[in-house]
Amino acid sequence: MKLSVNGKARDLTCPPVTRLADALRDELKLTGTKIGCNAGDCGACTVLIDGKSACACLVPVAQVEGAAITTVEGLDGNGLQTAFLRHGAAQCGICTPGMLMAATELLAHTPTPSRVQVEDALGGVLCRCTGYAKIVDAVMDIAIADVPSPASGDAVGARIERLDGGLKVSGEELFGADEVPEHSLHLHVIRSPHHRARFTIADTEAFLRNNNGLSAVFTAKDVPGLNRFGVIPAFVDQPVFAVTEAIFKGEAVAAVVGTAEAIKTFDSATFPVHWEVLQAAQSPGAALHADSHFIQPGRPKNTLVEGHVERGEIVNGFAQSAHTVTQRFTTPFIEHAYIEPEAGYAQRVGNRMEIYGCTQAPHMDREAIADILGLARTDVRVMPSACGGGFGSKLDLSFQPFIAVAAWHLNRPVAIAYTRAESMASTTKRHPSDITIKVACDLEGKITATDFEGVFNTGAYASWGPTVANRVPVHASGPYFTPHYRAHSKAVLTNCAPAGAFRGFGVPQSMIALECTLDLLAERVGMDALEFRLLNALRNGEPTATGQVFQKGVGIAECLEALRPAWERAKQPQARPLHIKRGVGIATCWYGCGNTSLPNPSTIRIGITPNGDVVLHQGAIDIGQGSNTVITQIAADALGIPVHHLKLVGPDTDLTPDAGKTSASRQTFVSGNAAKKSGEALRALILRETNVADDAILTIADGTITIATRSIALHDRPINQHGYVFMSEETYDPPTKPLDAMGQGEPYAVYGYGAQLVELNVDTKLGTVKLIRITAAHDVGKAINPMLVEGQIEGGIAQGIGMALMEDFIPGRTENLHDYLIPTFGDMPEIKSIIIEVEDGHGPHGAKGLGEHVLIPTAPAILNAIRNACGALVRHLPATPDKVLAAIQEVERL
Amino acid sequence: MDYHQPTTLAEALQLAAEKPCLMLSGGTDVFPAHAAKQISAPVLDLSRVEGFRRIEETADEWLIAAGATWTDVVEAKLPPAFNALQQAARDVGSIQIQNRASIIGNLCNASPAADGAPPLMVLDAEITLATRFTTRRLALDQFILGNRRTARGSDEIAVSLHMPKSSVNGRSVFLKLGARKYLVISIAMVAARVVVDAGGRISDCAVAVGSCAPVAKRLRRLEQSLIGAQAAAPVTITNAMLDGLSPIDDVRATAAYRLSAVKELVARALAGAMA
Repeated sequence: MKLSVNGKARDLTCPPVTRLADALRDELKLTGTKIGCNAGDCGACTVLIDGKSACACLVPVAQVEGAAITTVEGLDGNGLQTAFLRHGAAQCGICTPGMLMAATELLAHTPTPSRVQVEDALGGVLCRCTGYAKIVDAVMDIAIADVPSPASGDAVGARIERLDGGLKVSGEELFGADEVPEHSLHLHVIRSPHHRARFTIADTEAFLRNNNGLSAVFTAKDVPGLNRFGVIPAFVDQPVFAVTEAIFKGEAVAAVVGTAEAIKTFDSATFPVHWEVLQAAQSPGAALHADSHFIQPGRPKNTLVEGHVERGEIVNGFAQSAHTVTQRFTTPFIEHAYIEPEAGYAQRVGNRMEIYGCTQAPHMDREAIADILGLARTDVRVMPSACGGGFGSKLDLSFQPFIAVAAWHLNRPVAIAYTRAESMASTTKRHPSDITIKVACDLEGKITATDFEGVFNTGAYASWGPTVANRVPVHASGPYFTPHYRAHSKAVLTNCAPAGAFRGFGVPQSMIALECTLDLLAERVGMDALEFRLLNALRNGEPTATGQVFQKGVGIAECLEALRPAWERAKQPQARPLHIKRGVGIATCWYGCGNTSLPNPSTIRIGITPNGDVVLHQGAIDIGQGSNTVITQIAADALGIPVHHLKLVGPDTDLTPDAGKTSASRQTFVSGNAAKKSGEALRALILRETNVADDAILTIADGTITIATRSIALHDRPINQHGYVFMSEETYDPPTKPLDAMGQGEPYAVYGYGAQLVELNVDTKLGTVKLIRITAAHDVGKAINPMLVEGQIEGGIAQGIGMALMEDFIPGRTENLHDYLIPTFGDMPEIKSIIIEVEDGHGPHGAKGLGEHVLIPTAPAILNAIRNACGALVRHLPATPDKVLAAIQEVERL
Repeated sequence: MDYHQPTTLAEALQLAAEKPCLMLSGGTDVFPAHAAKQISAPVLDLSRVEGFRRIEETADEWLIAAGATWTDVVEAKLPPAFNALQQAARDVGSIQIQNRASIIGNLCNASPAADGAPPLMVLDAEITLATRFTTRRLALDQFILGNRRTARGSDEIAVSLHMPKSSVNGRSVFLKLGARKYLVISIAMVAARVVVDAGGRISDCAVAVGSCAPVAKRLRRLEQSLIGAQAAAPVTITNAMLDGLSPIDDVRATAAYRLSAVKELVARALAGAMA
């Protein structure tokens, strides 16, 4: 079948019904076209067919015979790609090819498009990282000028483009599904279609004989080591393959391995498994009921873990208060919905196992895979691919154990790419919450007491449930001084997909409850919502709910003050139709960076080769947030060379020391500090040898180090085991102190702070919400790269909008991207970022974490704005039009 | 496997008569229904049938042929009675979908949320179904029988849509209500077409509602009540005027909300069509 691809004549041999996306990727090896859903729901596979955009996953190749196809590889490094880089429009990069192709069609007929034209043209491509703002900017301003490369010592604070961005805009970046070794076998996971069922697997030998191209079946008995994994040592409870009972819909019971073709056409209904459906408990209410079965044997009462923080005299605190408000809020499961479904391959090399694929935590993966295979950790190598979004879910193992077990037994490379439905059904989610909160204040509006009770649905296995249970009571006071405080959390096991880590570990749910209640309390006092928050904002020297006192760096008041001009303007009355009500709402966040009272080290190595290459072993996984750039900026300034002179080696566990997991907003803070220490240590080595002044200018090039008037020839020096003539390797572990039985202690060395202001319109006849503008002030301590900071703010807000207005994962029901809705281009308001820099005592250059903070205030600020507009408080998320209208009608009835 | 790509209607009808085939035009519903799996059924790909992209005016009707895409409709020069259909075309999925998906395919897929149904119903559209030997024409409410169910026999091909000139009058409006802007399946949608006479009275009117019953519905009782009314007069929609709607609770909204929203959408659509 003849066609033209990127101007070249090509001849396809695949069947005519083959999806164009598969033909491009598998037959022509053009992997720049990404597959996110195979259903036209995400637009990641957008290509141009005779100049018109199409989802390549929906086009049979028979329809493109004789046509001219353009893929991202056919863009010639044009201005659009450069504009994406310079505007920071690509974060993880998985949607970037689709965005570029949709924009290419638009710019061909509309060279200077309006904002609305860009949104209409690109509206069919989903992005989960950027919040779309910088993509719109890039398409509207392709002529943007280059930012000059910062000189030695000037990298920190510079608005440089991503150092790893080139491959993302060229389509050459390799994600989990983009690299499959020759002669790989492929793997299909057999999963439970029931929320709870006992099962038996019949004759797999006969099954294999009857299915050409299938070579092996693996079940629990084939796991060489431990048939269990988990992320917290005391809670390793999830089997690779269930043994006799599947306890959530989507749980793996077996894997089938075969040729690519056989797996593609394999009908899982033919697999010989018999299911006996059992009663399932899908809510904490059902699981905590006295009659409920045990979700896991060995966890009686179905309670996984509880968390508790208490301070002051809670009963007296309420007794002495002038105003008290009690409220209850619930939130559903939220799906991460990264555009890259989990994918990778495993291969056995002698008696070692190599795993390639997307992950947020390579060293944790390595440990868990070693246990599953019964190998030493050093005999497992994790080679992370680019990660097409993670947001917490790719901290856990997903596809890796299956392909590791299969590749170990078969001694052949084994690859897998999750389908969208499989990814959504089986990987972790944000915990549903059911929170009752009581907050009191005195006559002047000073908060006196907060009592918080949160029940979290943690699903069938532990995952990060204990972390959520611990983080929530530490944070539920918000960034407010609260003399009397009690917060209790409980993670309840249910027959649902495991709930785990998702940007904020339970804190976003908690802050919805707190911040909406604070608006009601402020009203009781008769205070303006902003003034009320400022009055109560935590200050330097005041203890947090865990009794920790910071002498510097508490930046919440500065964030709130920064919103004041927008607040005053937004409160002005506006002319509009009667049924459209304008509302404005505000909410804050604080969030501790790094593990809660646990060791949390990062190690960064920098080496100089005999040729004078300066190599940064950057193990902090970049899931789009920008650690490849930020860590390098910090390292470059510490060493004293221009940032673009550093060469990066990625997070391959054989090559690069452990920089910890990308979670808990820790990489800029923890790995950044390690990079700073490592850069400084390397510089000290050079200074010691040359005996020059501390601030001497350093140049490393062409096999020579030049510093002040001295120089060192590198070629003659001995190299160490890593091939370096000079090398530093430094570790940073944040200083924390354990929490006692009352939750008192120093859980984090650093908190970051933020406040957001939402302006919106509510259509009171339809219950629809139109966001107009969000002003976001975030205290990052020091913006190492302001463009990346803005990108995090915009992207976090987008996820907060989704949580507030549309996202609702229902196991077995919304396992696709057209029933599970995430925001599109058209759902985003204008976003104004205000970067606040209140220097922290521990962070590198005073920097604080940001990644999770940014989504926390958005949802409560939206709910507060809806209430401000029409008097209706939506307490059960998401605030879809039917719920908003019902809340309005309830208010009208009163 | 069998994959047929006829270039003439006669050839296509011959193939359809020989064995049951999966009919494929733009592919935007067929592929999602197969998730990541390869399609194994015989496929009859209609995308290369000559004349299937036509949108044209004849003496007494407008015709949209089977392969015409949403983008074709957006780009076609059509009278204002087609405004609703053109707006629906812009609201379907995304540009990527609009560029490939056929309007007839949208009807044949028979989703209760098919964006094409209400705007075509207010134009009194009929669909032509052909076999090798027969041709029949059905009104849309006779063609779409239920959720994912149509009157099309396995050997029949839906070849064209026909909008009688007598109904291509006045102006129409389409309102789609969803929980987000793009790539959204509607919670409810309304198409309204109104003809206002020289005296400022409504001389003809058609209103259709989608996503509120297994099949999109015309609101005939409402329409009759409006004929002869002053166009400027405010319209109050009563529950009795919504008979035939049977919305359900689903992930997108509650049934009660749908009914409430439809009243508002109908009033706004009528106001828009008369503005």
